[in-house]
Parts: sequence; structure tokens; C-alpha cells
Amino acid sequence: MMEDLHLSTGHELKVLMRDGLESAKILDALYARIDVLDSKIGAFALVNRKAHRRPGGGTLDGIPVLVKDNICVKGEDTTCSSKILKGFKPPYDATVVRRLKEEGAVLIGKANMDEFAFGSSCETSCYGPTRNPWDLERIPGGSSGGSAAAVASDETIMALGSDTGGSIRQPAALCGVVGLKPTYGRVSRYGLIAFASSLDQIGPITKDVEDAALLLGVIAGYDEMDSTSVDIPVPDYATSLASDVKGLRVGVPKEYFVKGIDREVEAAVKRSINVFKDLGALVVDISLPHTEYAVSAYYIIGPAEASSNLARFDGAHYGYRAPDAKNMLDMYVRTRSEGFGREAKRRILLGTYCLSSGYYDAYYLKALKVRTKIKEDFDNAFKFCDIIVTPTSPTPAFRIGEKANDPLAMYLSDIFTIPANLAGLPGISIPCGFTRSGLPIGLQIMAKPFAEETIFRAAYTFERNADIEKRKPKL
Amino acid sequence: MNYETVIGLEVHLQLNTVTKVFCGCSTKFGQKPNSQTCPVCLGLPGSLPVLNETAFLFGIKVALALNCGIQSLIKFDRKNYYYPDLPKNYQISQYDMPLAYNGFVDIPANLTGLPKRIRILRVHLEEDAGKLIHPEREGHSLVDLNRTGIPLLEIVTEPDMNSPQEAYDYLTRLKSILEYLKVSDCDMEKGSLRCDANISIRPSGESKLGTKIELKNMNTFKGVKSSLEYEVKRQATVIDGGEKLFQETRLWDADKMITLSMRSKEEATDYRYFPEPDLVPFSVDKAFIEKIRQRLPELPEAKIRRFMKDYGLSEYDSNVLAGQSEIAEYFERCAQVYENRKAIANWITGDIMAYLKTQGASPADLGVSPESLAALLKMIDKGAISGKMAKEILSEAIETKMAPEKIIADKGLSQISDSGKLEEIVMQVISKNERSVKDYRSGKKNALGYLVGQIMKETKGAANPEIVNRILEKALEARQ
Repeated sequence: MMEDLHLSTGHELKVLMRDGLESAKILDALYARIDVLDSKIGAFALVNRKAHRRPGGGTLDGIPVLVKDNICVKGEDTTCSSKILKGFKPPYDATVVRRLKEEGAVLIGKANMDEFAFGSSCETSCYGPTRNPWDLERIPGGSSGGSAAAVASDETIMALGSDTGGSIRQPAALCGVVGLKPTYGRVSRYGLIAFASSLDQIGPITKDVEDAALLLGVIAGYDEMDSTSVDIPVPDYATSLASDVKGLRVGVPKEYFVKGIDREVEAAVKRSINVFKDLGALVVDISLPHTEYAVSAYYIIGPAEASSNLARFDGAHYGYRAPDAKNMLDMYVRTRSEGFGREAKRRILLGTYCLSSGYYDAYYLKALKVRTKIKEDFDNAFKFCDIIVTPTSPTPAFRIGEKANDPLAMYLSDIFTIPANLAGLPGISIPCGFTRSGLPIGLQIMAKPFAEETIFRAAYTFERNADIEKRKPKL
Repeated sequence: MNYETVIGLEVHLQLNTVTKVFCGCSTKFGQKPNSQTCPVCLGLPGSLPVLNETAFLFGIKVALALNCGIQSLIKFDRKNYYYPDLPKNYQISQYDMPLAYNGFVDIPANLTGLPKRIRILRVHLEEDAGKLIHPEREGHSLVDLNRTGIPLLEIVTEPDMNSPQEAYDYLTRLKSILEYLKVSDCDMEKGSLRCDANISIRPSGESKLGTKIELKNMNTFKGVKSSLEYEVKRQATVIDGGEKLFQETRLWDADKMITLSMRSKEEATDYRYFPEPDLVPFSVDKAFIEKIRQRLPELPEAKIRRFMKDYGLSEYDSNVLAGQSEIAEYFERCAQVYENRKAIANWITGDIMAYLKTQGASPADLGVSPESLAALLKMIDKGAISGKMAKEILSEAIETKMAPEKIIADKGLSQISDSGKLEEIVMQVISKNERSVKDYRSGKKNALGYLVGQIMKETKGAANPEIVNRILEKALEARQ
């Protein structure tokens, strides 16, 4: 029993600790697991070997949590898996990290990620790629690939990711775990190193829905340090975990079941919709007519904001500085040329171009208009349904290198997750089956802003009733 | 050829809030480099701005005092450019929706100009940048980010000024309004008020504007005026010489009193403005604006009119007194306890303001309270001291910060107006100076001056000269 502690969920460990289990035993089990596995998987950017339980108790007392490498932890390397931030140790904690510490969580390390969260495959990290625990030749998804892979391989109990266009939900789907992107404004972004400020949101990646609710309850809430956080009371998410979807209106958008979607994925999602129907939910056909423009709008708004957010990495104040620069301009050029990877440069260039005088109206302004249309689509749809159910990703995990040189194909892997970011909606990905070759498939459930409780109820009910095989990756 | 000058001004004003515009750091001037910083104003990764409500409130106050319309939705934008004094490499500013717009400032008539309305194009709120220090011959530069994030208000006029004097008058009136609102130190030398100018000239009668030149690096209002005067002449010389002007930015060299080219328009940067996603736009309640409007203090123009009406002062005196809120306040405190307002105005606009100007001091630093000044003036009226003595007492009181009443008492300086006592002295002087008395009586009338001098000597200058004259003449006539 004891040697299997790493397999447990957070809520299971809470019970065990109440009965006398020492949290150090959990850490020992995880360190042993990390030592054996992580050289193969590469989920960690940094392992905190000195992690320990803090005095004071709390909701997550003694429970190990892995934090994505773009979330500031005071005094610990926080690099966004980029050379340009190598050695950067923030002098402050992100609000979510402060809350984790206050609730007794044990911070076990920093999770590997796509550089600055630019990617859907976790291949662009300066620490090397993260591999999918279900098939080490495949990507774990991204950008929170390290967080998802570590949860799937039981190298951590829970993890935090960040989601700008699907970066929590897509890797959760591809790794067969639960990943929630909360409503924009539900969780403070203070201390999250920004990719696209109007889209970014921190959220939990966990082994089951109950843990996701537990972790969200800790990190959610208004923060006076983040003007975009919203002052709405945080409900007790545990009470929303009722196994009942009778009368719940489940919207199925026709635009999410078209060309390019993997047949096995489509079949698994359709089976899942029938599960809801069998459990007494009402399935409604809906339309989100502007879905096809979401990816284009996202790849303008995201890079535009990123080009400005990443301007501060110039070698002048912290992080990497190119040696032997001849003058200030030379320092800027060389630091940024050497410090950023290819995808980061691609997005900075794209965003800079879109914001340039003469192009702003045609690109950025137009993208904002599309964004408004997509929001309106959802507003209309939610008149007819309570949740919207779709595939999380059009395909299961693809091979490492398969799309690395085809940015457009890569960008399309977020086709079903991007709309929730543009509209600011909450969305979860939960496991809904496996392909014949044994790769996990994810089901996405979206709801109205601040309706995380509805999402949890639907996801929890599905998890309890769907008869999805409980498998662990063979490692 | 005769030219018409067209000038527009851009003022950057540091607001004197206690904390910075997007974080809780102190705005105190002159502290140890980088001691007043936090993750937010250092632009550290992950930090986020939160708007300081007081800075916003100050902005609204200024906007209302400048007769502007207020934007119904407040939104911020990012202005992107790279410079080490700007740690995020973008400045949070306002672009297409400034805090306020379409206002005006009326400048008063003066010796060289006419009263005139200067339109305000826009007023917007933004954050200040840090400071670069370049140690000589050390091959590196230093960055001080204490100033980073201090709230700045940018106030931009339409090109409504037609002479350097009008530009000077506009700045003077603007500063006066800002001082009344108590929203800024308005100290150009400390950089809390900075001014750039746009100037062009065109042949008189021509409707098309000439080539615009931007002037920077002026550190005083006089410098603004001088640089504009220089530019008017320079531009006219260029055009008269058959050459063309090109759009550029020029720097004022206050030592050489010339402007020098800094960069041409072609090198102008694209700031790639876009809405600041870290600050949520918010709407402004009309009732809130009205509340602020009602709480605005009386502004210079209203005060000038009131001074003319209530105290019967001239327009000139009213302008001078109301030009600085502290002077106006000093005057009014004095006027409450002393009736002769013209006399108060003369003393303040004369001796007191001259002293303040040479010392660069404010009325608060003055050792003489308005009540003491009033007491001094009353003593002149009563004949207790002479006007000349009052001047000396005032200057000594200012120097030593001693109350004028005490100086008078300590030195026994009060004027001798007691006729009985003076008569006694006059008699003594007459008996001691028989020759002069003889001279006077034989028609040498200037002997009188000598005798008065002797009386003054005897009384150490404290004798009331009018009474002395009267008694002396009477005594000399009587003896005949």
C-alpha cells in the first residue's frame, strides 16, 4: 500500500493523512517515481528536493503540487522553459502560489512547458521535450505538457497549468487526465508570466474531477493585485460534485464535428454524449457559426499581446544577457536572438506585424471583431443549453516531430479549445476513452462564465457513470 | 517677408499622489536609486498594474478645471518602444480615448498681447519612465527606476498660440490652475512639469500650416519662450534664404541659446499602440464627475474677477495676486483684518513678491504672517512708524523670521509722534543751533533741512517727519 502512494489522488491522501499518514511518505514515493521515470518523460523543469510540509494545515495540507514553469515561485527558478529567463528567481510569489502555500500544499517543482507557453506539443522547451507517458514517442500536448505528463505518470499528485488557447485542456486530453481552464477572471493572473493577458488563465490538472474541484477552490477568487480578476464569491465546489445530470441541457455544436477530426475521437465523443442522454440529460443540437474564424483570430490576438508582453526580456534588467554586446541596441538584438527559440520568435514577429501602423485595422481590430462574434455565438447557444460538449482535441497525441515544422498543422490542434479562451468561458477536459492503439481521448465540457459548478457536476457524473476503463500508462 | 507664428504645447505633469500610478510604491523625490520599487514598477515578469484611484481623480480634477469633456469609458493602451528606463519596454498610456478632451484655457491680456482662448486638444493619464545616469568615461550607464510609474498627465493644446509670449502666458496660467488644484509640485527644475513645443511659421495671410518643428529640452518657462523666439527667427531665415524646412525634433541648448537638430521625421517610431489587456476599461458615472466638479476650488479666473469686485483692486494687481494660489491666500488673510486692500496689494506685489522671487521661496516659508503684515500697515496709518521704517522692519522680519511687532519693541523703533515730546526735542535743537536758526530767519530756507536732520539724529530717525516739520516751522516763526 505505502509504496503505491504516488498513485493516489489528493482527496484520497487527505483521508489517509487524517488517519495518520505522514506527508513525507508521499514525497518519498514521488521522488522515487521521479528518479525512475523523469529522465524518460521530462515532465519537470526543476525538482524541488527540499520540498516539505509546512506547519499550519490547510485544505491541501501535505499534498504535493507541481507548478508550471511560467508561474512565479519566490526564490525558485521560474523560466517559462526559455533560455532568456535562465537563472531568473522571482522575488515574489504568484497569488496562486501564495494561496497554495497558505493552504499547506507542498510545492514539488516546476513543470516543463512549451517555451513561454507557445505550442501544443511541449517540444519547444529549452530543457528538451516532454514525452507522453502513454507512448514515449508521442507528444504530451502543450503547452502545459509537463504538468499533464507528470500527473498522468504519477510523478505528482496534482499540478497547475495555464491555458491561453487550450494549454491545460489539450495536454490533459492527450495524457488522459482532468484539466480545467476556469472562467477568465476566476483565478488571479498575478505572478503568471503573461503570454496573452486577455486569454491566459491558470487552472488545475489532476487525476480526477474531485481533485480539480479541490484545487480550484484553493486558487480561485478575487485578487486586488489583478484588475482582471472578478469579485464574485468562490462557491464550495465540493458540494457541486453531485452525480446527477437529469434535465441538464447538453448542447452539441455541429461545427465541432467536421473535417479533420479523428474518427476514433469522434466516435468516443459521440458515445459520451449518449452517456449524458442515458443519464437523463437533454441533448440539444446547437450552432456556433463563427467557430471557423476562431483559430485565425486567436493567432492574431495571442501573438499581438505576446509581442508586447515579451518585449521586457531584453537583457537589461534580469535573465539572460548576451555577452560582449557592443552597445545597447546590440545587447537587445543579440540577447533576444540568442535567448528566444524559433516558435517564440515566430509569434513575436507575427504579433509585431499585426500591431504595426497600417496593418492594425486589417488584423488586430478585425480579430477583435471576430472575438466579439464568437462571444455572441456562445451567448446565443447558452439560451438553449447549460453545457456544451465537444472533443477537446481533433486528434489523439501525435508523434514527436510530426508537426514541429508545420506551424499551421500545429495551430489546428487547438481548434476546439481556442473559442472558450476568446469568449472567456470555463472549459474542462476529462478522459472519455482510448483509441485502439491505447491513446487517451478527451471530452471537453464548456459552460457559461462562472458556471464551474455546472461543469464539475456534469464532469463528475460522467466520470462516475461512463464506464471508462481505468487504465494507467505502462511505464 | 512677414510671418505668422503657430505654436502648440505639450505639457507632462507629474501628479503628486503619495503612491505610484499602478503600484503602491512611494513617489518621494530624491531617494536612493531603485529604493522605491516593487515587482510592478520594475516590470518583473508576471506582475500586473492596478490603477491608483487618486491619480485618476487628480486627472479628472485637472480635466474639469481645463473645461474638458470627460471620456465616458476609461481605457488604457500600451505604447511599445525599447529603452532601458522603461523596464516593460512599453508604457501604459492612453491613445485613442484620452481621459479628457476639447477643453480650453483663457489667457489674460498683458502688455504685449490680447486676451485669448487656447483650446486643449486632450488630457491623458500615463506612467513616467525611470532615469538613466551616464557616469563619465566608465563605459556603462546606470538605471534608476524610482521615477518609473509616477503618474503623469499629458496636456496637449491645439496650435492656438501665435507668439512665444502667448505660449509663456498659457504656461503661466496653466501652472496657476494646476497649483490651485494642488495636484502637482509644478516644478520644472525637478521635472515635475515638462514642456515640449511644436512650432511652425507661415507667410501672413496664408491658410496652410508651415513645416512643424518639435522643440524639447526646455527647463524653464523662460527657456520655452526663448527657444520659441529663437525658432521664429531661425525658421524665417531659412525660408527667406530660399531653403525649405523639414519636419524634425530639435533640442534647446539653454547655455548657447540655440536649438539643435535631434532627429528627423523619417526616423519616427511606430509605437504599435493597442488596448492594455491588464487593465479593464471602466465607465465613469456622470454623478461622480459632477461631485468632483462641485468640489473644485475657486480657480484663478474667478478669483481675479472677485478680487476686482470685492476689493476694488486693479486688473493688474488681481492678476498678480491670484496668479499663485498661496499668494492669493496670503492676500485674503491680510485683507480680512485690514481695510486698505490697495496698500496690502502694493506691499505684496512689491517687497514681498520680490523677496520670494529672489529666494525661490513660497509664502509658507515667509517669517511674516499675513496678520503681522496687516499690523505693520496699521502702525503706518496710526503714524507709529514711517513707511520707510516699515520696509526695513519687514525686510528684517523676513530675514530673521522674527515677528515684526517684536522687532519694533526690541529696538524701540516705534515712531515718535507725541507732539509734546517732539516739541521738547525741537526746542533743544533750536537752542543748540542758533546760527542755523539765524540763517533761516535771514531767508536761507534750506537751513530748515539741517535742523530737521539734527532732530532725526537726536531721535535716531524715529521722529514723525510731518509732525517735526510742523512743530519746527511753528517754533521758528514764533520766535521772530
